[in-house]
Amino acid sequence: MQCWDNKNECMDRAEIEQLQLERLQATLNRVYKNVRHYRHLFRQIDFLPEDLNSLDKLSDLPLTTRQDLMDNYPYGMFAVPLREVVRILAPALTLDKPMVTGFTTNDLDRWAELMARNLTAVGVGKDDVVQISLNFGMVTGPFGVQLGAERSGASVIPVSGGNPSHQLKIMRDFRTTTLVSIPTFAMQLARTMESVGMESKMLSLRFGVFGSEPWPEDMRKSLEESLHITATDAYGLTEIFGPGVAWECPEKNGLHIPEDHFFPEIIDPVTLTPQPVGAEGELVITTLTKEAFPLIRFRTGDITKIDKSVCACKRTHSRIARIFKRSDDTIVMRGMSIIPGQIGLVLERINQAVPNYQLVVERKNHQDQLLVMVEISDRFFFDEMKKQRRFVEKLHRELSEFLGWEVSVKLVEPGTFDHSLNVVDKRQY
Amino acid sequence: MLRLVNVNSYYSLVHVLRNLSLHVHQGEIVTLIGANGAGKSTTLRSISGLHPVKEGKIYFKDIDITNKPTEQLVKLGIAHVPEGRQIFRPMTVMDNLELGGFLIYKIHGKKQLKKSIDEMYELFPILRQRQNQYAGTLSGGEQQMLAIAMALMTKPEFILLDEPSMGLAPLIIREIFRVISELKNETGLTVLLVEQNANAALKIADRGYVMETGKIILEQDALSLLKNQEVKRAYLGRDKREIWE
Repeated sequence: MQCWDNKNECMDRAEIEQLQLERLQATLNRVYKNVRHYRHLFRQIDFLPEDLNSLDKLSDLPLTTRQDLMDNYPYGMFAVPLREVVRILAPALTLDKPMVTGFTTNDLDRWAELMARNLTAVGVGKDDVVQISLNFGMVTGPFGVQLGAERSGASVIPVSGGNPSHQLKIMRDFRTTTLVSIPTFAMQLARTMESVGMESKMLSLRFGVFGSEPWPEDMRKSLEESLHITATDAYGLTEIFGPGVAWECPEKNGLHIPEDHFFPEIIDPVTLTPQPVGAEGELVITTLTKEAFPLIRFRTGDITKIDKSVCACKRTHSRIARIFKRSDDTIVMRGMSIIPGQIGLVLERINQAVPNYQLVVERKNHQDQLLVMVEISDRFFFDEMKKQRRFVEKLHRELSEFLGWEVSVKLVEPGTFDHSLNVVDKRQY
Repeated sequence: MLRLVNVNSYYSLVHVLRNLSLHVHQGEIVTLIGANGAGKSTTLRSISGLHPVKEGKIYFKDIDITNKPTEQLVKLGIAHVPEGRQIFRPMTVMDNLELGGFLIYKIHGKKQLKKSIDEMYELFPILRQRQNQYAGTLSGGEQQMLAIAMALMTKPEFILLDEPSMGLAPLIIREIFRVISELKNETGLTVLLVEQNANAALKIADRGYVMETGKIILEQDALSLLKNQEVKRAYLGRDKREIWE
């Protein structure tokens, strides 16, 4: 089994823990000194970073949530002055406050290393051609994949998303061996191949690295069969790096989380208490090496469990189970995280008031579709059909523009849906 | 090879090292950089048993060496070159080296001691020329070389170097650092190097720790530390103009 960084990926447990303790102490000392938010939090609970003398004690510290990041928008969570930040990514959507992450030169370097570890684990090497079919600009993913693929020595074709038939042409002509995309787009490619009569043997594809959308095992099977590839899962968060936070090796036995850079914990999403190894709960990550944007106990919202046993691929870092559930009602689709409140804000902007609404996610023809159901009330009642149609069109246009892809909008009568549910996810895993 | 876990040290009531953890792998040069009074030398003195450790553990090859007497550590293969070239000035170079090798003489006899001294002369040819001179009459660079040679006499596996470049001319610093990295490459010597001259130290080191008031605030490979703006600002003396602006 090929390892990009044998020394760091296969160190034994005692070594990992020593390194984690050192880096955790250093990170806490740095955020206490440089980030006002954390200094404030630590003072409130009377905690001095130099008092931390064991990894277990980390669970006494408060959690960081997405709300904290929004409250400190835009630069409040940065641990270095802006002049040391060389890249800022602000991709995910909220009307007033997008998610922001900053990178120093060293952060970018580390991201490249992590992605190189990911791609090498999958099997990508110097002779491979990596086609990145992710939307540049909308998500952080493609930047990281590009850095990592270039670091590992592979040739990179950044083609962005969309236009499957054009992508297939590139794939055939340039003999792409590795496809990096969201899984539903890969399914779309497979169907386009069928419709234009292209066979998978005309392509040189060997690997598929997919992520940023939940995709069940049967989908993996059908992708592997139709494209003749080994399909592996990759996990990441915009707030941390993007991809490169965890990945599958060809053993497909959980996603390796690089513990020399991140400290993972599992908590109960309701009581917020730490869970034992192996129990299911919400993933909480502390970054150990990030310079510009360190996060202490960040709640990812993803439900998973940790396995600390050594993988058959010899990598010693622990693995998290594939993620299909969330602890909040954030929808992960088409490579984005959509918080229902963001849709509410768009609706509010159009109506001057937030109507009752529900988001319905469905997977139709291997593509995720979002339906926004808006309840008619006295305020949103139209006596003329024309006015009503215009209203729906406006909603549809604004929402689609906001998300960057087609959204369906439906006006429904009061009582059609349960108000306590903001999101109905009908995708089957 | 060496592992410090949550080490705490005090100078009477002053808490100098606060939960300090670090590690050094076999065959690595690890440097500890930081401003004056950060606790770098105290860290070294705590490792070699010259300063008491109040809390925490120090392991050398998984043996607990916390607060062990210094002479026992020499037998385990640890050597310490303290700050300020602690040599015996009224004695000759040869005598100094013989003193450095007292353990060899005790265990292996005179022949072996002679051989070891010859090896040191090969490493630092200038010392051979000066062998009958009093150590106090040597130049600063030569005294530093002698101090290192004395520590190397017992063939340690692990050496603690405290500010070898202090008060030396740049050319001599380069020579001393060249010897250190040569020793690492040829004999697999492991080095924990404390330096004010962060730039020179990071150039030969594999990894580095940045210390501030008894705490570690950064652990990175040496190359990243050289690129780290925070380190540049504070310890490499660059980027000054912009701060003043």
